[in-house]
Amino acid sequence: MSLEQFKNRTVGTQVYKTLDLGETPKSGMDRFKQVVKRTFSLELFVGLWVTIREMGNALFGGNMHTVKYPFEKLPISPRYRAIHDMLRLLESGHYRCIGCGLCEKICISNCISMDTRYDENQRKEVSEYTINFGRCIFCGYCAEVCPELAIVHGGRYENASEQRAGFSIFEDMLTPIDKLNLQQEYDGFGAVTPNADENIKKTPLAY
Amino acid sequence: MSEVETLDNMISITINGTEFRAKEGEFILNAARANDVFIPAICYLTRCSPTLACRICLVEADGKQVYACNAKVKEGMSVTTDTPNILEERRAIMEVYDVNHPLQCGVCDQSGECELQNYTLELGIDSQSYMIPDTKRETANWSSILHYDAGLCIVCERCTTVCKDMIGDSAITTVKRGGAVLSKDYKDTMPKDAYSMWNKLQKSVIAPSSGTGETNCSDCGECIAVCPVGALVSRDFVYSTNAWDLTRIPAVSAHSSDGSQIYYEVKPTSIADRTPKIYRVTNEWSYSTLDGSARFGYDFENAGVSKDKEAFAKAIEAFGKAETIRFNSMITNEEAMMLQTLKEEKGIKLYNPEVRAFQKFLSYYNDASGNSLYTTDTDAIMKNSDFVISVGMAMRNDSPAMKYAFNNVQKMNKGAGLYFHPVGDTLIPTFGKSIESFVHKAGLEEASLYLILDLFADAEKLPSAVKDYIASFKREEKETIKEKVIKTVTETVVNADSGEEEEVSKKVTTMEDKEITVTRNGLIDILGNDSSKFDAIFEKMMKKKANFSLMIGEDFYYHKKASNLAKLIALIEATTSIKVVMTPPKSNALGVALICDLDDEATGYTIGYNEIGDFRLSALGDGDLDIPAFNQQEGTMISISKRVLPTNAGLPYGGYELNDIMSELVSSLDNTIDWTPLLPTAKGFKEVSFDSLPNSYTNEGVDNRGYRLSVTSVDVELPVVDKFDESDVLEGEIAYRCNPARQFNDFTDKANQIFETFSLYASPDKAESLGDKVEVVFANGTIELDVVADEKIKGDIVEVPDFKSAKDVYSLFGESRYQTVTIRKV
Repeated sequence: MSLEQFKNRTVGTQVYKTLDLGETPKSGMDRFKQVVKRTFSLELFVGLWVTIREMGNALFGGNMHTVKYPFEKLPISPRYRAIHDMLRLLESGHYRCIGCGLCEKICISNCISMDTRYDENQRKEVSEYTINFGRCIFCGYCAEVCPELAIVHGGRYENASEQRAGFSIFEDMLTPIDKLNLQQEYDGFGAVTPNADENIKKTPLAY
Repeated sequence: MSEVETLDNMISITINGTEFRAKEGEFILNAARANDVFIPAICYLTRCSPTLACRICLVEADGKQVYACNAKVKEGMSVTTDTPNILEERRAIMEVYDVNHPLQCGVCDQSGECELQNYTLELGIDSQSYMIPDTKRETANWSSILHYDAGLCIVCERCTTVCKDMIGDSAITTVKRGGAVLSKDYKDTMPKDAYSMWNKLQKSVIAPSSGTGETNCSDCGECIAVCPVGALVSRDFVYSTNAWDLTRIPAVSAHSSDGSQIYYEVKPTSIADRTPKIYRVTNEWSYSTLDGSARFGYDFENAGVSKDKEAFAKAIEAFGKAETIRFNSMITNEEAMMLQTLKEEKGIKLYNPEVRAFQKFLSYYNDASGNSLYTTDTDAIMKNSDFVISVGMAMRNDSPAMKYAFNNVQKMNKGAGLYFHPVGDTLIPTFGKSIESFVHKAGLEEASLYLILDLFADAEKLPSAVKDYIASFKREEKETIKEKVIKTVTETVVNADSGEEEEVSKKVTTMEDKEITVTRNGLIDILGNDSSKFDAIFEKMMKKKANFSLMIGEDFYYHKKASNLAKLIALIEATTSIKVVMTPPKSNALGVALICDLDDEATGYTIGYNEIGDFRLSALGDGDLDIPAFNQQEGTMISISKRVLPTNAGLPYGGYELNDIMSELVSSLDNTIDWTPLLPTAKGFKEVSFDSLPNSYTNEGVDNRGYRLSVTSVDVELPVVDKFDESDVLEGEIAYRCNPARQFNDFTDKANQIFETFSLYASPDKAESLGDKVEVVFANGTIELDVVADEKIKGDIVEVPDFKSAKDVYSLFGESRYQTVTIRKV
């Protein structure tokens, strides 16, 4: 697309095309005649025919365009930023989140909060995690900053609720353990780029 | 840190072509820091001796490569910090530090405050040239406080250095760890300093020096503070939060009279509970040192309090009929001022057994010396003094700041020290080689001051009575010593060849007894030391010493002859070059002593302010009306260094405070801190508002917090001192009123990370003979206590703590810190 038209800022000198709209009725009688003519010339059905034709196509021609929401949903782009998912490691089933707190730090609407503790295996354990969806602006920074690809944006976009504040806790967002095999590797916002390997300089190792 | 930069001790040096002024004899690194010039350094700690572990502070001074932390500035010295060779060494050193360092920055507790991370980024380390197989290094808990992750440790030895040079416990040390041996190739290919640093790093790890895996120390946590990486963390803090989530609130340590600078680091308790909680206490560790109570005794807030109108009305009623207010030193200057106002307006008596004795002692001292306050402080001692004398305090327990100064002088100023105390201590003699302990009998405190007069006083200035009195202890003794005598012996022998008699003279060495007269100082024997050896030791101690300090402790305030002691101290100051510092017993004792006119006894209806009483205002949550705890208040307090320091509220408080009661009773000021400018200027306070008080240190380490009390001095005549009476000595079973280290009051007791119990503390031998539980019978009451052995106590005196106000130990002991008691096994 050329940007010419946006660059022309001398408004008023353009050449306008005028539509042929016919004569505008002037007297009362003329207006009355126009109403009668439009009412009885079946002009209404000219438009209605298009509707009837498409209905026929949809019902009998197998050419349906509408989706029966909420029973049916359209697929959304992986780059769409909806309600967050917390992913698990595919091998062990353990949640990926290491509790580094980067998402909490980067969150520009301050809606992420987490509790961590020192667990029995001498590791940092996330004991609770929450996002306030009343505040979340779905900017995707949390998913982008996450070093473990643990928090990602999922496809659940229905977040209307009766109250302004809507909280999710860790359990709500975590992939259910029995649905681990259905967990999709996320290639949307913040995912590793296809050429990531090329950008890494390897550390020499003595083993 | 009161030293004035005079023109004569300033010299000029050039760093990277720019000329700067520096103090003579200072290390290049400190001179650079004072002038805002950046030289990277990891292992160096200001106020401690250079460790030379990291070698990254390499600079070129007058064409020679030196370590900036170890080389002193000279007039006209030209320093370059970035020659190609230095940059190469630095890069190699940082690369070596990064070899095998775990890549767990995401969960590490240092969370971005990491010096390893900072220097790696600062020096732009984006690739690694060195490698070596890693060895597994286990995490360990060294005590109920310390958590050590050897994997993260870069063995900079800052922890061991601070523990030795500042704290004095020397509880941790470097040990061998059995890492892989460096390849010989590196020796030839690597920069030299980086190689030797790596060689050492690869071999060592930090461990408790006791060898048992447990640190037998005072649990001050200073090693945690100085750790540049996340290797040393308190067990309570591990993985509980990221450092960047914490809000830092500048405050003053609440419990001891050190008045150390601290930050309360605050964040909401949890997801469910959004009330703020203190996660940890940190400090500016380059310039101030904390003790265990300051670092770990922070969670004593009066939580969940709201305005209880009924209780408040009762409180107003109670104040209406009160005759006495009993309080302790855990109170800000502003609130002390309020109580003083109540006394002036309503005639209510102020009773404070903790501070009263100190206040009296200060006034005795004032009368005798003409100085409105003692003449030096712990900061100045650390900086200048090279001979310290401690009298009348259990240094480990009473005053961490004094302990640190006493130790620091030994380590940093090549100092010497004398320690006088009836309770033997095994730790203090380990501070340095030139320390003499006098474990004397309780009651001989005056004798120790007479000995100091004898040892240090300018004889010409001493009043003749005192001179004669001291001389009366000296006795001439005939002593037989073995002496080498070389004699020429002439013998008549028969010559074997000629058969003639000849006279032969030869030299024969024999040991002969010789009688000599020596002067023995009886005072030394009275004070429990050996007069036959002391003279030689003392002569050695005095070599090259110029700056003398005397530390006075709480024993002197609670002493039958406190007035005479104060006069003796004044006499010492007048006749020697010794400067004096006194330990305010606890917290803000000095502030209370200056602001309030305290009474000697409580009578009638008593209001207890964090103390026992008929109506109790308590920040512990168990009183009749809640008041804010020290970490929920703003206000000022006075430290041992005579500074009026501002402290801020770390946590919110929803209830009534003393100022609300004051508004009802006397006058109306909006906030507690509106009292700050009203503090008595006659006592040295300044008329400044709270919000204008500074709270910082400069890069040079100059303390800019709050303001220094102005101290006045008038000339007075030499005080007339009394002789001491040897019959004052306490005999038999003796109890000493003394808290375990880290415990100071009910608030430290409430804190979760301070575990020392309310028990009888005794030396291991004594504890064994006493059994598990005893009843201590005083002249005016008894107390039942468990027995705890403290390895650092020597001798038979037992320590009875006073930190629980409900136990009213002050009344048991009365006017003295030592009492003869009967101990019964229970």
